[in-house]
Amino acid sequence: MAFTLYSLIQAAILCVNAVAVLHEERFLSKIGWGADHGIGGFGDEPGIKSQLVNLIRSVRTVMRVPLIAVNSVTIVLLLLFG
Amino acid sequence: MAHQGYRQNMKPRARGPSTMAGDPNQLFEDTSAGMPPSQPGGYPNQSYDMGNFSVNNIFGDSVVSDLAMAYGSNLANQSKEMVNKEINRFMPINKLKYFFAVDTKYVVKKLALLMFPYTHQNWEVRYSRDSPLTPRCDVNAPDLYIPSMAFITYILLAGMALGIQKRFSPEVLGMCASTALVWIIIEVLALLLCLYLVTVHTDLTTFDILAYSGYKYVGMILSVLFGLLFGKDGYYVALAWTSCALMFFIVRSLRMKILSTVSSEGMVSYNAKNQIRLYITMATALFQPVIIYWLTFHLIR
Repeated sequence: MAFTLYSLIQAAILCVNAVAVLHEERFLSKIGWGADHGIGGFGDEPGIKSQLVNLIRSVRTVMRVPLIAVNSVTIVLLLLFG
Repeated sequence: MAHQGYRQNMKPRARGPSTMAGDPNQLFEDTSAGMPPSQPGGYPNQSYDMGNFSVNNIFGDSVVSDLAMAYGSNLANQSKEMVNKEINRFMPINKLKYFFAVDTKYVVKKLALLMFPYTHQNWEVRYSRDSPLTPRCDVNAPDLYIPSMAFITYILLAGMALGIQKRFSPEVLGMCASTALVWIIIEVLALLLCLYLVTVHTDLTTFDILAYSGYKYVGMILSVLFGLLFGKDGYYVALAWTSCALMFFIVRSLRMKILSTVSSEGMVSYNAKNQIRLYITMATALFQPVIIYWLTFHLIR
């Protein structure tokens, strides 16, 4: 495979978008990955699942607003330059 | 414009080079006045000479020029400080300096270690007063000099290999470079993600992981070189040798860092956490030969 840096940026944007569309109430709680399920006891071993749930929640919180800007810029650039 | 330049040219020409040297604001000897008039481009030359001289006249006043220079240097210092501060927010320069503090002896020993790690006894990174020793003093310390040099060498070698096979074009170099860079970034991000998920409390920073991932370029260079010198068989032999050496090196180096935080009694405790950490180390090690093969096989025909 021949990768350019642009394909890396594209892949990163798509992955972050995919994480951002996972809705808290409608989807994650239904499969037991909601924020209220995940945060277990404050033992010394958080476990992989709670780390993942925390990661998803923090990515959604942090990247919500920048993703709007980045997606708009990408859409405009793709429309202009193909 | 042409007429004006020709007329005013008589005055500076008449002065000659002696008074030019005496002008205190002039930085260089103005030798354009002493050129022979028989030049074919003589006329455009003369108008350039006139323009140069008039610019010097603006800064003829010494007080104004001193003030301007002082203000300019002050402004430059301030902006330099601001730029440094902003860059330091994203990429700590001091930590980066640690990785480039190498010397020749270290580089030679490290390259030998990368290719033949089976006799090395002590794999721990030595500390001095709670901070790791620089690579100059400790062979086990990771550095970023070898990976970056090896990366550039790999790109040049790929260009040369393609040129030998008459498949070269300048875009190929760029594609090769960006492909290798993207794979490194993917590997570093994947390893960081795995280490975060398993909550390993190590002191492995991003730069450390970048360094350990970059050591595979040395293996790539050796494989391509042997492939160019000895054909396909040489390539496969070198690939096998460097893969085994690199896997051993990675497992021994990362085992100290990833697995040593668990317990004091050693690595034999088989709880799930420890097993996952072992799997991560083994996966990292196994990924190296795959990526070495992937990035170099198209260079050998």
